[in-house]
Amino acid sequence: MATVQLDRATKRFGSTVAVDGASLTVLSGEFVALLGPSGCGKTTLLRLIAGFEAPDEGVVRIAGHEVAGGTWQPPERRNVGMVFQDYALFPHLTVAENVAFGLGACRRGLRRRRAGEAGRVADVLELVGLPGHGARFPHELSGGQQQRVALARQQRVALARALAPEPGIVCLDEPWSAIDPLLRAQLRDELADILRTAGTTALLVTHDQEEALALADRVALMRDGRIIQVDAPERLYHEPVDRWSAEFVGAANFLGGRVARGRAVTALGDLPARGGGGGTCDVLVRPELVQLAPDEGGDAVVTLREFRGHDVVYRVRLADGTDLWSQRPSNEAVPLGARVSVRLEGGPVAVFR
Amino acid sequence: MRSRSAPAPLAVSAVAVAALAALPLAYLLIRGIGGGADAWEIVTRGRTAALVGRTVALVAGAPALATAIGVGLAWLVVRTDMPGRRLFGVLAALPLVIPSYVLALAFIAAIGPGGLTGELWGGPGAAWIFGYRGATLALALATYPYVFLLTAAALRRMDPSLEEAARSLGRSRAAAFRQVTLPALRPAIGAGAVLVALYALSDFGVVSLLRYDALTRAIYNQYRSLFDREPAAVLGLVLVVLTTAVLVLEARSRERGRLRRSGAAADRPAELVPLGRWRWPAVAACAAVVAVALVLPVAVLEWWALSAGAELPSEGEVAGWAGNSLLVSLLAALAATAAALPLAALAARRRTAFARSLERVTYAANALPGIVIALSLVFFATRVAEPLYQTLALLVFAYVVRFLPQALAGASGALLRVDPKLEQASRGLGAGPWRTFARVTAPLVAPGLLAGATLVFLSTMKELPATLLLRPIGFDTLATEVWTATGVSAYSEAAAPALLLIVLSAPVVWLLQVRTRGEGAAAEEPPPRE
Repeated sequence: MATVQLDRATKRFGSTVAVDGASLTVLSGEFVALLGPSGCGKTTLLRLIAGFEAPDEGVVRIAGHEVAGGTWQPPERRNVGMVFQDYALFPHLTVAENVAFGLGACRRGLRRRRAGEAGRVADVLELVGLPGHGARFPHELSGGQQQRVALARQQRVALARALAPEPGIVCLDEPWSAIDPLLRAQLRDELADILRTAGTTALLVTHDQEEALALADRVALMRDGRIIQVDAPERLYHEPVDRWSAEFVGAANFLGGRVARGRAVTALGDLPARGGGGGTCDVLVRPELVQLAPDEGGDAVVTLREFRGHDVVYRVRLADGTDLWSQRPSNEAVPLGARVSVRLEGGPVAVFR
Repeated sequence: MRSRSAPAPLAVSAVAVAALAALPLAYLLIRGIGGGADAWEIVTRGRTAALVGRTVALVAGAPALATAIGVGLAWLVVRTDMPGRRLFGVLAALPLVIPSYVLALAFIAAIGPGGLTGELWGGPGAAWIFGYRGATLALALATYPYVFLLTAAALRRMDPSLEEAARSLGRSRAAAFRQVTLPALRPAIGAGAVLVALYALSDFGVVSLLRYDALTRAIYNQYRSLFDREPAAVLGLVLVVLTTAVLVLEARSRERGRLRRSGAAADRPAELVPLGRWRWPAVAACAAVVAVALVLPVAVLEWWALSAGAELPSEGEVAGWAGNSLLVSLLAALAATAAALPLAALAARRRTAFARSLERVTYAANALPGIVIALSLVFFATRVAEPLYQTLALLVFAYVVRFLPQALAGASGALLRVDPKLEQASRGLGAGPWRTFARVTAPLVAPGLLAGATLVFLSTMKELPATLLLRPIGFDTLATEVWTATGVSAYSEAAAPALLLIVLSAPVVWLLQVRTRGEGAAAEEPPPRE
């Protein structure tokens, strides 16, 4: 069942089109990531769903009911949970009061006023890993520790506050942008667990492809106000709709070649091609599919080598002058300047004409 | 870098300035305590209790009214789609150019006995403007811009996602405003209200002209009685106690404000609230405030200045008053800036507890009402330093003590802008200490010092009680002339110097506006007036 449905929604600010005829469906229980570069309109799209902006054209439906388009339902009537980029915790309320904020309101037609608020608050704080922090104020969350700990806890409170009223969908707007990479990975996994435990439908806005691919059931790729592809992470990575998407989602090599009888033929060998047709094309080869072997007689040279711990990234110059990126496990050591022979592995690969 | 101990001349001059600034309060305490049972008997009199009651009523009423007006205007101007909101955003701050006693004069000259309405249509004039209602109204209309500016700045700074979070958690727009926006604005509103309260407490001109028997007016009358001045000192101390109470309140509200400030600042403007059919009533309300607080006084004074030619003061007289005003204001600005420099330098450069406490003493000692400072200096001069009594030097000294915080704020801000690393960079690039001062330090410090000096200049221009009590005999300024002429209902005589004061005060608002827009921090503390 569709929890959120956006149908050809358009939003303009003056002469700029922030969202341009975007359509997106989020199914119940699904985790969808809205991925795109900054300024592509993804936050505006989120705000259309939450009700902070009204679309100029198109329709927004939540749980089957139209909330924007022909009719208008204000944010407080949409049952959409929000986790803002800066968390927007109410500074004058304690953590428990923040979390209980959405429980006390009467959501007429959507939800009965519930008893046992305190119990619910304690449950949700437990769920996000902050039991016993209810009496503190948001600015007291660091507990004398570093700023990064405080930010992580604020994010957990924001999540708890959004989850407490059991919203139909939780929208998260770049929730980890202020948090350093190490902690970010931890919080990411934590969020995935929490959402799965709660069985909540979620829409995550992010510009970080790694985040989107790692977390989401499906990723909606957005560019210049349009949604250009919605797919499972694997498909988005291996079968992007165009070159721009291929490069935005991950590192990419494009090799000249041609397609014949279902195989992409390049100077470095041939691989099964995705999609049919024939003729000349560019073949998308992800760096991890490029194998290197030290070879005195090889016609390629390693011109750059970055040891990154979990893997090594090489830049290899081929005989015809093209540069190719290769990503290998860190136990395979090829020195800088070495001559190598290059082989492609795996496939099938995407081809662009 | 390790901070070295302050060089002796700097520390010594800073201590000297702080000591001189603390002199009026100290001497008043000495006189009050030494006044003996006779003088203290006044405290237990029923009349004194009534005076305190009236003062407290004024200090409660004026901030309440000013807050209602200021917060309402700020919300309309910043957060709604009211037509002309940008224009009103500028206009609503402009009443700051009108000294409060000039506003009081304009009220009397408009509808009071013998006022404009009487001249045009006859009738006895409205007696209600004398007393509590008139004084509260005049003070509130003169000071609501403090609340307005602080609240508008806080509204602009506020992170819009706070309100949005409340909306997504089931609150209507009104509920979100009540439960989230108002609590977030409370520190700013509180700071504004405290400024108004301090203003009302120290106000002398409005309550005198509108004949409301608050403490300041009683102190002046007691002082004028000449026979027995000791009770005036005791009443002055009562006023000091009330001022301290308000300052303690302020410190508390500041503390709360600091604790509960949200880390995030607005990165985008908040959504404007559509007023619908309330659009034009809102415009009418804003226009009414601006009309009464700004247009009416100027128009009424203009009318009086142009009518009744025979009573008009001659140009030479007006020029003489203006010259005196300019002279003392210039002297006060220069002296206050010079006095502020060592204190500011010590506090900005050597962050020691000693330097900070010196600065704090100076601020605290100078939250004193002007009449208290003046009174204490009168006692001091007549008892201890007779040759100084009724000299220009003592008058300027009173101004410096009264307005030192303004100069200090300018100087501290200016010196804080000079990162020692900038000077080190200059030295590292081969410039000597003098060249470094001339090319790096001075250009960075000059604007702040100038701003502080300008504020002192303009505040001195408008200062009434200190001028009345301490001026040399026959030394009339624009402010004293407004006061004297209004006292005898000679409105056309008061009109010209009053208008001149308004014109000369206009730069204060400009400075205030620039500082409010420019620096968030400066907006927290608009300069005091009068």
